[in-house]
Amino acid sequence: MPSLAGLFFWMNKKTENINKITVTKPLKLDCGKTIKDFPLAYETYGKFNKNKDNAILVFHALTGDQFVAGTNPVTKKEGWWVSAVGPGKAIDTDKYFVICANVIGGCMGSWGPSDLNKDTNHPYGLDFPVITIKDIVRAQESLLDHLGIEKLLCATGGSMGGMQLLQFCATFPNKTFSAIPIACSASHSAQNIALNELARQAIMADPVWDKGKYFLKNTQPKNGLSVARMVGHISYLSEQGMQEKFGRKLQEKADYEFSFNADFQVESYLRHQGSSFVERFDANSILYITRAMDYFDLTKQFKGGLTEAFKNQKTKFLVISFSSDWLYTTKENKDIVIALNSSGADVSYSEIVTDKGHDSFLVNEPEFLKTLKGFLDSMYEKFKR
Amino acid sequence: MKKEFKVIADLLPNNTRVLDVGCGDGALMGFLVKEKNIEVRGLELNQDNVQECIYKGLPVIQGNAETELYQFPKQSFDYVVLSQTLQAFYQPDKVLRELLRIGKSVVVSIPNFGYWKVRTSLLLFGKMPITKTLPNTWFNTPNLHMCTIKDLFNYCESQNIAIKKVIGVNEDKISLIKKSNLEMKNLFSKLGVFLIG
Repeated sequence: MPSLAGLFFWMNKKTENINKITVTKPLKLDCGKTIKDFPLAYETYGKFNKNKDNAILVFHALTGDQFVAGTNPVTKKEGWWVSAVGPGKAIDTDKYFVICANVIGGCMGSWGPSDLNKDTNHPYGLDFPVITIKDIVRAQESLLDHLGIEKLLCATGGSMGGMQLLQFCATFPNKTFSAIPIACSASHSAQNIALNELARQAIMADPVWDKGKYFLKNTQPKNGLSVARMVGHISYLSEQGMQEKFGRKLQEKADYEFSFNADFQVESYLRHQGSSFVERFDANSILYITRAMDYFDLTKQFKGGLTEAFKNQKTKFLVISFSSDWLYTTKENKDIVIALNSSGADVSYSEIVTDKGHDSFLVNEPEFLKTLKGFLDSMYEKFKR
Repeated sequence: MKKEFKVIADLLPNNTRVLDVGCGDGALMGFLVKEKNIEVRGLELNQDNVQECIYKGLPVIQGNAETELYQFPKQSFDYVVLSQTLQAFYQPDKVLRELLRIGKSVVVSIPNFGYWKVRTSLLLFGKMPITKTLPNTWFNTPNLHMCTIKDLFNYCESQNIAIKKVIGVNEDKISLIKKSNLEMKNLFSKLGVFLIG
């Protein structure tokens, strides 16, 4: 029986060279379903040292993947966090052993809606179970065992990566010596749920989506997915940053065309971001991962509130927010700090002043990178055996 | 380390939990961790100072003491330290109450506006005093509510805040201040360090 999953154009690009483990331990998902024997794709950078004290786990954001640094072997583009991770960088891979796993629900080798459902011999599509951030995090636990890591030096992540990190610390207390949640939230806000809903509705409104069954026609709802990505990109920038970058500049033309073509540079930018995204990401994955983000609410999970979630933490935290980030605001990040303080945890907090918006953690923002490096190196001095 | 910090450090027993409000670059916190095995936390507004603390591995929260002390739970520290900043707040009385809520005891130091050089500057020259502990001119000073050792002493008494110890600092010399010698010490101390609460 030929694998129908292999029909997909974006899947054809995947190589067998992606590192994967099969998680055999049964995992009971929050929705009630139990899964086992599912693939988890990951990548590592640097070397795990003899003392086993230099491992750093990175959690990726919504549209990220395990290819943090160097060149992504599938897309042939730079890893999503090359600004911070690599030889000589803030997270120095000459010194540290960096690990990142693709989230379940994703489309870069871990178990996701584009994988083959053995019951139907089709890709899962909407038969894929609705997953949560907690499921995503628990699915990654086996990877640490597989790599022989008892305790991490540090775990970090921005945006949805930060949310996974908070969940990781709450679910597996003291599994990491230090933690750096960046530009995230302990419970997804109404505004963020609304923006995610906008992205989902854009995908679902595309007739090609066909209730998630586009795989039968070997295609993908490009228009809808592209609009979903545009929404995202607007939310990652700040008003000021966007004005400075694009202003009212026209795209390679002297005057208006009096048409609906991309006259403005900002339009052209968004269209480009949208169309290049559809080449590398599965529409159903966006539905599932954004849903997981929306369901994320540590306060609800721990009935005593956020303070309860971080009870008995020995992990040393550094929370970082960006002044112009309106997606995961300073206020939301401070709420995490307050909860950590209330539980008596060891917590530092820094607000980086920048106009680069939510994207600040992904771009070259010197103050941020300096803070990241300073904290990490001081933690290593304390942790190294 | 400056004399004032040594005086403050001597007031803090080993192995306690201390919040340093306005911790600057972490000089005092670093000393307390190393020499007294004290568990420290800092609160600091300036980003460069925050980074400096982070480099040193000292836990610090970037924030404004005037508005953000609410985040620390009641009686969550053995001691809260506030060094020469009380006079710079819009509402020093409110901040002081917050410090007393957070800490079982509070160490607060103030530049003494009752110091004789400060008094004579105003009395003889009719000008706002500029000294080592008050280096700014009237138009750019961060100090909004200058007070004397006597003022703070009287304030604590009026608010029924227990005064456990008051130390006058003048360069390298320190002396114990009591109600009986308050007038003299208020004249000859550059700084006052209060242990209250």
